[in-house]
Amino acid sequence: MHLPTWIRRHLAALRALLVLTAVLGVAYPLAVLAVAQLPGLHGKANGSLVSAGGRTAGSSLIGQSFTDKDGNPVKKYFQSRPSNAGDGYDPTSTAAGNLGPESVVDAEDAPSLLTQVCQRSKAVGELEGVDGARPYCTPGGVGAVLAVFGPRDAAGKVAHPTRVVSVNERTGAPFTATYEGVRVELGRDGEDYAAGLIIPVRGGAPAHPAVPADAVTASGSGLDPHISQAYAEIQVKRVAAERGLTTAQVQRLVDAHTTGRAAGFMGEPAVNVLELNLALDAR
Amino acid sequence: MSTTVAGICFVASLALAVAVIYRPLGDHMYRVYTGTRHARPERLVYRLIGVRPETEQTWGVYARSVLAFSVVSVLFLYLFQRVQDRLLLSLGFAPVKPDQAWNTAVSFVTNTNWQSYSGESTMGHLVQMAGLAVQNFVSAAVGMAVAIALVRGFARRKSEHLGNFWVDLVRGTLRILLPIAFAGAIVLVAGGVVQNFWDAGHHTVTTLTGGRQAVTGGPVASQEVIKELGTNGGGFYNANSAHPFENPTSWTNWFEILLILAIPFALCRTFGRMVGQNRQGYAILAVMSTIALASVALTNAFQLMHHGTVPMAVGAASEGVEARFGVANSATFAAATTLTSTGAVDSFHDSYTSLGGMMTMLNMMLGEVAPGGTGSGLYGMLVLAVITVFVAGLMVGRTPEYLGKKIGSREIKFASLYFLTTPILVLVGTAAAMATESGRAGMLNGGAHGFGEVLYAFTSASNNNGSAFAGLTVNTVWYDTALGLCMALGRFLPIVFVLALAGSLARQGTTPASEGTLPTHRPLFVGMVVGVTVVLVALTFLPALALGPLAEGLTS
Repeated sequence: MHLPTWIRRHLAALRALLVLTAVLGVAYPLAVLAVAQLPGLHGKANGSLVSAGGRTAGSSLIGQSFTDKDGNPVKKYFQSRPSNAGDGYDPTSTAAGNLGPESVVDAEDAPSLLTQVCQRSKAVGELEGVDGARPYCTPGGVGAVLAVFGPRDAAGKVAHPTRVVSVNERTGAPFTATYEGVRVELGRDGEDYAAGLIIPVRGGAPAHPAVPADAVTASGSGLDPHISQAYAEIQVKRVAAERGLTTAQVQRLVDAHTTGRAAGFMGEPAVNVLELNLALDAR
Repeated sequence: MSTTVAGICFVASLALAVAVIYRPLGDHMYRVYTGTRHARPERLVYRLIGVRPETEQTWGVYARSVLAFSVVSVLFLYLFQRVQDRLLLSLGFAPVKPDQAWNTAVSFVTNTNWQSYSGESTMGHLVQMAGLAVQNFVSAAVGMAVAIALVRGFARRKSEHLGNFWVDLVRGTLRILLPIAFAGAIVLVAGGVVQNFWDAGHHTVTTLTGGRQAVTGGPVASQEVIKELGTNGGGFYNANSAHPFENPTSWTNWFEILLILAIPFALCRTFGRMVGQNRQGYAILAVMSTIALASVALTNAFQLMHHGTVPMAVGAASEGVEARFGVANSATFAAATTLTSTGAVDSFHDSYTSLGGMMTMLNMMLGEVAPGGTGSGLYGMLVLAVITVFVAGLMVGRTPEYLGKKIGSREIKFASLYFLTTPILVLVGTAAAMATESGRAGMLNGGAHGFGEVLYAFTSASNNNGSAFAGLTVNTVWYDTALGLCMALGRFLPIVFVLALAGSLARQGTTPASEGTLPTHRPLFVGMVVGVTVVLVALTFLPALALGPLAEGLTS
């Protein structure tokens, strides 16, 4: 039987794909699997599992939430970073938040990234007994953002505002009483402030807040097993008090579970939270 | 050591590692593609395929073979996803929806690896390893084959032939990609990347506080390594290379960046060897390195300065960044993944500073030529070199020649068509999205940043990158279809133009260099190619960037 060239070419393509699938799609991953069973690799290929009290407690590479059923921090444990994976640290739905650097105005059921940062900073500050204030945050823990209404000048600025709204605040007194002589109103649900000029207000908070950056931002995977040394440091006092240990004892454990930069320059030093908490429980 | 100094050491050590492997890997690839002996297993493969490896193909046949292989691959991968519930290791997942299966099939065949699905909740292990990961190998091998065919066009004289696609495909896969991938996979397992066939449903652990956590598994290491080496970028899991099971440590992060850069840079050496002048390879390498280093430095600088409201409130651009990598190394990964056609991410670009995020877009808009994808980077850069020779000829009255080949009207037409394809897809696609309700509905962020998400998506798809401003909801019929079209056209139109150009060059004899010939191995030429690349891109995309990340970065 003589087939037209173009059909023969596509048959060759199909046969090539099937042959390569057998080699690359079956034999190769199985070969890697076989080598991965060697001692030293076996545990890693199977997820670097760690156990506590004889049962598997998780993977040393995958972070966990150390919170109770209501989502409140369990105080005897070091706390992980915020997470966007499912309800928090859910490996079946890994995700980042994906809000941008100018996400500053809250939607009704979706807080802006700025408000998320401010809320977390306030909550961590209260939990650890440090100042939770941050630039661009209200004392109440939302984004300090004004919508300024009025005629725009050539540069797009509003020189003589007619109305000013603190868009993310709903209750209490606005974080600033007046703006350019105009009284600041609280925002109301359901109102659209897009027509106003959106102005985030820096405020007087220190440029290097007491609550570290990783404590107020979510990781890319939502499974980050690490926190920074700075975030561990502000948690030492609380954990020590809860467990009746000295801060020096807890700090020693923190140091023991801190990995420096690989080869001295790769990545950042970080503290493995699950391993640290397991070590605390084992004491 | 400060973060900045450590970040500089990180980039310097990567550059050094690329320099070390440049010659051995480039020479190895030269031998692979120019060798005349067929190994015994390869002969068996050719017999199973039913092709005669000694046969040489014209550019038309070569192109039709590329297209036939790709069409069959798309159909196969589409069917594979549609029936996955009836196969082994499906993990109980339903068949992938038709629009998403089409998008994913095109995405992996075109070396894009745009993912509108979430790996851990959509794809069974068998589809991942025998469907998606296979395309990670062969789509990279196709890119390399096309690049080699173009180089043969420059190297050959008065020839109708460009080689044999099936031989180039099989050799590139079995002699280059497979051995490196195998060794690299073992290295990744040693770092903690998983390789098993677990089903998360059966591996649920009780956490310290009494909660439940499903520990996912999968043949990840074998897929992770080729995802980087083949500049594919499709993550086994939704979080891609930010996931601790894909990229567990700061040194695996370094290693994965090296895998991304290895072949695209080393192909310059292969090119130099094949045209018989290593210095021509070094010149192209210099162009790529200049652009790459500038981009990496700028991305790092923007991310570390953390300009913008939220980053200033936080005190660092740490949203979407893993603690073990830190901001600087994540920025380097982001630059590497967008300068090549990889699109893997170890941090989430949507939450980058406005200007840092713009750099990732700009890298793709450059056409992914510094160093670009496996093969696609080299052929893209050679097309730019051809355009540069032509522009230089117009400016100073030089004879337009490159490597002894005359750049006539036929050649420059193919080069121009090549260059115009992606900008048209990007700009028309973005405009169509902004003009339709379905297109606008996908944006997560508002204002300029929302526009940036859409522009990013079409830039990524049309350039076969695959990374995203991931806030955009793309698992809709509209985006699956539109971006699928952009990926297919953005891959195969340029390939056809490149092969046509190669055929036209191969047919020529060699023009001996004269007084009027512009030397193409000197710094002057390197500078001109860099200039042409940047100017062409700036003229094409500046207005679109001004509406998106530039507007956002300058007003905040």
